[in-house]
Amino acid sequence: MPPIKLTLNGKPWSVDADPDMPLLWAVREIAGKTGSKFGCGAAQCGACTMHVDGQPVRACSTPIGSIAGSKVTTIEGIEGKVAKAVQDAWVKLDVVQCGYCQSGQIMSAVALLTDNAKPTDQDIDSAMSGNLCRCSTYVRIRAAIHEAAKALEI
Amino acid sequence: MPDGHMSDTSRRRFLQVTGGAGVGLMVGFTWTGTSRRAQAAAATNAFVPNAFVKVAPDGTVTVLIKHLEMGQGVFTGLTAIVAEEMDADWAQMRAEHAPANAKLYNNTAFGPIQGTGGSTSTYNSWTQLRQAGATARALLVAAAAQTWGVPASDITVSKGVVSSGTHKAGFGELAAKAATLPVPADVPLKDPKNFTLVGTKLPRKDSAEKTTGKAIFAIDVVQPGMLVAVVQRPTRFGAKAQAIDAKAAKAVKGVVEVVEIPRGVAVLATSYWAAHQGREALKVTWDETNAEKRGTDAIIADYKALLPKPGQLVTKEGDVDAVKGAKTLKAEFTFPYLAHAPMEPLTCVVKLGKDGCEIWAGDQFQTIDQMNAAKTAGLKPEQVTIHTVYAGGSFGRRANVESDYIVEGVAIAKALSDAKVQGGKLAGRPVKLIWSREDDIRGGRYRPLYVHGMEAKLGADGSVLAWQHRIVGQSIMAGSPFDQPGKPDATSVEGAAEIPYTIPNRLVDLHTTTSPVPVLWWRSVGSTHTAFAVETFLDELAAEAKQDPVAFRRKLMEKHPRHLAVLNLAVEKAEWTKPLPKGWARGVAVAESFRSVVAHVAEVSQDDKGRIKVERVVCAVDCGIAVTPDVVKAQMEGGIGYGLGAIMYGAITMKDGVVDQSNFDTYRCLRIDEMPKVEVHIVPSANPPTGVGEPGVPPLGPAVANAIAALTGKRIRDLPFAGSVSV
Repeated sequence: MPPIKLTLNGKPWSVDADPDMPLLWAVREIAGKTGSKFGCGAAQCGACTMHVDGQPVRACSTPIGSIAGSKVTTIEGIEGKVAKAVQDAWVKLDVVQCGYCQSGQIMSAVALLTDNAKPTDQDIDSAMSGNLCRCSTYVRIRAAIHEAAKALEI
Repeated sequence: MPDGHMSDTSRRRFLQVTGGAGVGLMVGFTWTGTSRRAQAAAATNAFVPNAFVKVAPDGTVTVLIKHLEMGQGVFTGLTAIVAEEMDADWAQMRAEHAPANAKLYNNTAFGPIQGTGGSTSTYNSWTQLRQAGATARALLVAAAAQTWGVPASDITVSKGVVSSGTHKAGFGELAAKAATLPVPADVPLKDPKNFTLVGTKLPRKDSAEKTTGKAIFAIDVVQPGMLVAVVQRPTRFGAKAQAIDAKAAKAVKGVVEVVEIPRGVAVLATSYWAAHQGREALKVTWDETNAEKRGTDAIIADYKALLPKPGQLVTKEGDVDAVKGAKTLKAEFTFPYLAHAPMEPLTCVVKLGKDGCEIWAGDQFQTIDQMNAAKTAGLKPEQVTIHTVYAGGSFGRRANVESDYIVEGVAIAKALSDAKVQGGKLAGRPVKLIWSREDDIRGGRYRPLYVHGMEAKLGADGSVLAWQHRIVGQSIMAGSPFDQPGKPDATSVEGAAEIPYTIPNRLVDLHTTTSPVPVLWWRSVGSTHTAFAVETFLDELAAEAKQDPVAFRRKLMEKHPRHLAVLNLAVEKAEWTKPLPKGWARGVAVAESFRSVVAHVAEVSQDDKGRIKVERVVCAVDCGIAVTPDVVKAQMEGGIGYGLGAIMYGAITMKDGVVDQSNFDTYRCLRIDEMPKVEVHIVPSANPPTGVGEPGVPPLGPAVANAIAALTGKRIRDLPFAGSVSV
């Protein structure tokens, strides 16, 4: 089986893996980037959220063979003003508690704000409802997304 | 934190069990002697005045945190206590997990055990860490006094700068000298009115790492040569492996070995994906002779059959039977099994050698885990080293007296050391055990299923003359070292045995049942169900007496001013009497747990399709001094969300002993679109800090249920309510 070729966080990535292996495990165990988390293995919780060609995907349920040639971005590789605004807002409002879901939350929030610069509470609820947080940091996630949107206006 | 376990009562039991006579002596901390401190300073160039504080030459102050950071904020709150007494600058403070060492780092609320739970982290650390900080400060001041030749009384410390006249120095500059000085005894602590950090909004110490993916959890730990393990466990609780066919599993690329352990069959592989596939291919036949084969419907029916019968006496005040001719109200409640479902499934990394065992885990119960790991490995507890890392939530799950996932990890590592397994060539390979979400949801250690029966007698004037509360369910403590045979199980009745309402005739009793379904403390433990029964039934009595639920509670609460103050603050901030939009209603509840009191006012709405939504929750909390108020707020917000998800959807059900749920699609948890707006108000207090992680949960369910009853007239007595109310 030839290796699967992709781009990971801006660098070429050639993966020698079973094409059915979920992207999450290839990134965590082969590329050694552990910021994206395993929470359910069934696209139910969003802890594994990465960007594939700019779109948020559930990496635990995305076979790596299905995205050959794609650009994959993880929490370790996000950059740019939207990502910075989101991460700054998360720190400013102390969103995190246990923190385990937050990489996924941030990846979803960055995707939302890239698409929609001024989301309403309803837009946030709808874009973020695939990301579970058992600590229920939801009040602050909403506030931090508004905060990031405000920072991006300036 | 929020996590929970030991109520005062259960803690006392533990002390009795473990012979807590010497416990008072363990309060405080063990000083390393001056010469040893000097040696430590020489070795690391750091000033280590005691077991909790390290001052590096660059001025960084690191607080060794004896409790698990699982989201509840101990890295921030406990660090703030030390920083306050040292007069440090918040920016120079760091936090790291302390090693497992019960002599230095026991939870003084538990006795001779290091562990986190029962919302005790701040409560038991308050004086200890104030002393640690004050002593470190005194040594730095003494070092400055000697260096500058000025009296210590002429020296001030502010924001990490020690000064006297024109002399100025940072902590780092004074560290080497301070490390050589004798440790003073009984250093006076600050007058709380001079606090500059405690009680203020301080940035969390773990925010940066947790927003960049850099924070390390057990699942992220990598050791050279490490294998990944998953375990096939029986589908029915109490079953044992009878026959294993591992041929197909071993044929999966990447699978290295299949071994049997006491709790199941482990598949070891070079990656999680291979281990997972290997387990799919594994065939195990189970001996179900001693397994639980009842479904939850049958268990509930068995419990309800006990309700008419008197149980073990818990509380008796006055004589409920002597009240005649009054109006009688009755209600039955059912509470399902609940999984904790922390975001990070249970995970540990184990490296087992001949003379020792190293464990990496989001470890919540270090001393118990050391003992159980040692027993499994055939070592002494002191040969087990635990590296505590961040836990991706717990809510009580990671602390259990059998150390379930730790023991599994060690048992797998032990099995690899057997010469019969590949000639012993896998011996010593580190093992990372990962539970899948399905393993977590179906793996037991649930909040027990309970049935409650309540009966009250109302006088003509609406006064409550008699109150009877009967509880049926499994004991969390039974069979554990915490068990006290013959006495009512404290974790089943806390929140019901004592209530803040004065009722002349009161009887509380308990039927403790047994089942192979393993149960465990779940964020706020007994109060998860007792507060719901007490606070919704009381609301029914208020309605029956045609009285406002707040006024009704106030009258009964006269002898409990602390509860009354919390209730009053919540209803004032919620504007209890202000009219709401059409289709909205309010409900209130108040509950004490883990030495704190919380009241919630919930506002719910119903849309034209009849769907209920919780719109807003106004919370008031008295937790003594709020060390880091923003963390207290976060814990209340989190407790509200955790509690709301549970009462709406949370249920582990079984059919013929097999769990019906498996992942977040069937074990539903609260999502962001269901999260109400939350307002938190903290009662100003000069009392020492009390629990924060758990107490936000208990009053949430009854406040919402009371609001739903006010809106629709429907009383919720069977949880979760999504089965009977449209959401």
